[in-house]
Amino acid sequence: MQLESMYQDIILDHYRNPHHKGLRDPFDAEVHHVNPVCGDEVTLRVSLKDVNGEPVVEDVSYDSLGCSISQASASVMSDLIIGKPVAEAMTISQAFLELMQSKGTREPDEGVLEDAVAFVGVSKYPARIKCALLGWMAWKDATAQAMEVAQ
Amino acid sequence: MTSVHLDVEAIRADFPALARAVRNDKPLIYLDSGATSQKPVQVLDAVRSAYEQHNAAAHRGTHLLGEEATDLYEGARATVAAFLAARPDEVVFTKNATEAVNLVAYALSAPGRLQVQAGDEVLITEMEHHANLVPWQQLCERTGATLRWLDVTHEGRLDTDDLDSMITGRTRIVAVTHQSNVTGTIPPVAEIARVAHEKGAIVLADGAQSVPHQPVDVTALGADFLVFSSHKMLGPYGIGVLFGRAELLEAMPPFLTGGSMIEVVRMESSTFLPPPQRFEPGVPAIAEAAGLAAAVDYLTALGMDNVAAHEESLTAHALDALREIGGVRILGPDTTKDRGGAVAFEVDGVHPHDVGQVLDELGIAVRTGHHCAWPLHRALGVQASTRASFYVYNTHDEVDALADGIRYAQRFFGTG
Repeated sequence: MQLESMYQDIILDHYRNPHHKGLRDPFDAEVHHVNPVCGDEVTLRVSLKDVNGEPVVEDVSYDSLGCSISQASASVMSDLIIGKPVAEAMTISQAFLELMQSKGTREPDEGVLEDAVAFVGVSKYPARIKCALLGWMAWKDATAQAMEVAQ
Repeated sequence: MTSVHLDVEAIRADFPALARAVRNDKPLIYLDSGATSQKPVQVLDAVRSAYEQHNAAAHRGTHLLGEEATDLYEGARATVAAFLAARPDEVVFTKNATEAVNLVAYALSAPGRLQVQAGDEVLITEMEHHANLVPWQQLCERTGATLRWLDVTHEGRLDTDDLDSMITGRTRIVAVTHQSNVTGTIPPVAEIARVAHEKGAIVLADGAQSVPHQPVDVTALGADFLVFSSHKMLGPYGIGVLFGRAELLEAMPPFLTGGSMIEVVRMESSTFLPPPQRFEPGVPAIAEAAGLAAAVDYLTALGMDNVAAHEESLTAHALDALREIGGVRILGPDTTKDRGGAVAFEVDGVHPHDVGQVLDELGIAVRTGHHCAWPLHRALGVQASTRASFYVYNTHDEVDALADGIRYAQRFFGTG
């Protein structure tokens, strides 16, 4: 069975006990994203701060309804990017997107993706890639909006 | 595998897809016929034969292949008409049920005696597939008409208590499913049509989930329009049917225009052929029509009463088997009364996507999500659901495998 390769323990742990879940104030931008295939949805808030002229992810908070993959992915993402400079978080986001598009052929870089390497199994299932990306896409959108506001 | 009503073993031998292995070398257990059915060799042969032996543009040319193609296409129309107890000139071939609904919704917003005006009302239901919902929203946006809808009860039945007041003198059309693709609910279309006709409204029934699964006689049904898709009834993709009462089709302007549907074309303007050709521009899908006719012949040979009885037996079994599993809630009617073979359910603590993923690992194909019926899911208080749907080739053993698979998913996610 390949189920365990998709649903690695890290994913199931984050699903059962999601980190950073629940909407928090203050925030600079809030977005609502939906997966139109299944109706899964996430509302996500981003708060940025300026550190020596560089934007840094101060906080990411979210409320979501969805499957184990989308829930766990949002949880792992928030762990990964809170506290990181936006530029570095965008690099991580790009690495995760490339991992998801790899159809299971790419060896993920644990140095960049940390717990998010657990989603490598998901990339073999095209129908589930959108689930894994739902939170990430919401974060990118919210961050872009927050940066615009800042400018 | 022989049921009381159908020789399922013999039927399965006609479906090549059912013989293949899927994930983990498991045999395929296909419980997603509500999305699309598998296709028997008889249909595949008919499509292939049309291309190999009779490939030409129908209704054109003076050569033998052209005549044969025209005969195939018009023969398919006659076969479909007989299947519905309709007249051939009341059967319009479309791309699918979705296009058929759009054709009618467009005709009702174009100039003519059927044109819907601002202040008129369009009545639909909360149970509809998006295909029988969004086109009516769009019609109302175009015309200024008001969209109203019948609610769904907690049990997943259509609430028809207020039918008399919901259909008013201003109601121009009532569009209602003839069988829900989620809950399997079969609304009382004949009763709805009777009330609608008393008030001067016309009725469109969405037969995408009913025509493949039960005998449908358009006169008994009472609807003025009936739409359905070939691919859900053993036939090919890319062809569907709009049945329309001749007098209404005659009053309708064309939807898509071009070749094949015209009478006389001048640079200034054109006139159009009578129905059904008025609604079939371009070279038609001849091989697909031949495939659909083969599917209808296949179902007719089985007997639609037998098909319905077989599915009722599978549905009863599934309802019983799922009821026994703690943490599983069936959406929709709890019995097979006025209910077809689509069984949607939710599993406590396990998202439908995850249920579907686990079942897929076991070789069981189901649908997960909102099944293009988002408002219905909201009305039933769920985000999404898992749906098993049955057809002529499914067995009671497969229903048991589904129940075992759900239990396995519950154990996997630690909820069972």
